[in-house]
Amino acid sequence: MCGVSEPRLSVGLRQAGPIPLDVEFGCDAGQVLAIFGPSGSGKTTILRSIAGLYRPDHATVRSNGVAWTDTASGTFVPPHQRAVGFVFQEYALFPHLTAEGNVTAALGHLPHADRRSRADQLLRSVRLHEKANRRPQELSGGERQRVALARALAREPAVLLLDEPFAAVDRHVRRGLQDEVNALRRTLDLPMILVTHDFDDVVRLATHVLLLERGRAVACGPMTTLMSRPDLAWLREAVGLGAVFEATVRGSTNHGLMLLGFDAGTLLAADRRLPTGTTVRVRIPAREVILATHRPEGLSLHNVLVGRVSAVHRDPGIDPVIVQVEVGRLLLLAEVTQDAIDRLRLAPGTPVHALVKSVSIDVVTTDSGLGARDSVTTT
Amino acid sequence: MDFVALRVSLWLGAGTILILLPFGLWLGRLLALKQFRGKLFLEALLTVPLVLPPTALGFYLLVTFGARSPLGQAFQAVVGHSLPFSFQGLLVASAIANIPFVVQPIQRGFEAIPSDVRDAASCCGLTPWQRFTRIEVPLAWPSILTAAILTFAHTLGEFGVVLMVGGNLPGQTRTLSIAIYDRMQAFDDRSAGVMAATLLVLALATLMTTTALSRRVGVRRV
Repeated sequence: MCGVSEPRLSVGLRQAGPIPLDVEFGCDAGQVLAIFGPSGSGKTTILRSIAGLYRPDHATVRSNGVAWTDTASGTFVPPHQRAVGFVFQEYALFPHLTAEGNVTAALGHLPHADRRSRADQLLRSVRLHEKANRRPQELSGGERQRVALARALAREPAVLLLDEPFAAVDRHVRRGLQDEVNALRRTLDLPMILVTHDFDDVVRLATHVLLLERGRAVACGPMTTLMSRPDLAWLREAVGLGAVFEATVRGSTNHGLMLLGFDAGTLLAADRRLPTGTTVRVRIPAREVILATHRPEGLSLHNVLVGRVSAVHRDPGIDPVIVQVEVGRLLLLAEVTQDAIDRLRLAPGTPVHALVKSVSIDVVTTDSGLGARDSVTTT
Repeated sequence: MDFVALRVSLWLGAGTILILLPFGLWLGRLLALKQFRGKLFLEALLTVPLVLPPTALGFYLLVTFGARSPLGQAFQAVVGHSLPFSFQGLLVASAIANIPFVVQPIQRGFEAIPSDVRDAASCCGLTPWQRFTRIEVPLAWPSILTAAILTFAHTLGEFGVVLMVGGNLPGQTRTLSIAIYDRMQAFDDRSAGVMAATLLVLALATLMTTTALSRRVGVRRV
């Protein structure tokens, strides 16, 4: 259903209650699958089922071709025998152990003599080696989070599970941790599953997205493809639709703008003083896109993208219509009124100009120099 | 001061802890972590010794372990003599009377461990036994110690059950609390006073230790 044919991790969960579940997905190495949905939709239960902490009525969990759970054949590998790195929502550190003790607890697979140096190395990778002897209650929220991350990686997991990992820290700590996870994605060769109810996490971190509603997968697929779909009513209601794609910084203008190159041309966005060549993620909210059948003149905005309508989607009971516009290989979404559709006679195939204000473009950095220096390596 | 009685009391306290602690760990943890049918009834049953008059408890123990009962005969077959009026009998009675003092604090101790912490231990690759010894017991440690101390103190002070089951045999079943009663009956107020003071000091020391420990539990929880 989601992603590759023989993924590193494949999961299928089904049960009617008490927590309803109906999902099937895969996740490959280097991918971050974000499970996004409202609280109570069963996100955490999915992670717990992968780790073997919860046993749904019908389940298959396969990692690297090995069955961890298969209710059909009665296979169940207990949690402590699954190579799972799990970062819990409230971190769940062992309060009676130091940061180092917490990490060492997960190093049981190494000979005694090697554990200390490995724990030190892991704490160094999350920049906490100087606080190795502190107990969890002597660490800040962000630091606890990083201990939890180091502990999850200590086991050399075959899959990394992150349960709302940024929910308990404030905004600016959150950004740093998101960067940390992004750095991990590039250096670790393993599938990562991120459970979140914060769309910001999805835009920043995910390569793939699974939208979950009451335990059911509403949609699942690669980030860019999914975010270009005009028909995700639930996502539209929750956060608003908007295309997400990658672009490269081409330089700055003298007027507080930066030039972003993407598949089908260039865009001007508010300058973030990023080095030329930086890869960024761009989100253009559908609500911020204006459509015109002719190239307008005398405008204050810079971004006029030429394309053609590829789909028109109406959600019952909501007036604004979602128009999908093909610009090169990019699929933009625009939210326009039914009145505008009628006046401009927009239908699939109609050539249009998509107008976007530079300040309406959300630019998200995905590699922020943390890269090699702070990344965690597995031995 | 009846030092023989003091020795019997201390031995009884230590023996009761030794018997009850493993049982209390097993049962307290079970009650803390598992949901099962009849749990409410079991919890009530385990608390009965706390509210039942010690004489009534002693009566039931005598009936249960009497020479004519199957349990009494089994006890006799193993130990060699009947349960009533022997130190071993006293030990069994004391263990039963102290069940709530051991099980309840241990249960609360295990209940206080967040389930995520236990799950995290499993996800760190710790086997259930390693999880128990390296995570759960250290976290529940103050509660376990409280249980042991409370049991010890309570055993020292037990009167009704001891008198009913054990009687008043010097070196066998005459504990300090019985000896006080015995001395008072003989108008030996001075000896009774010394022994009562000994028990008072022990009780105070115990309560102070448990209070200090329970404060520590509060500090440790994150």
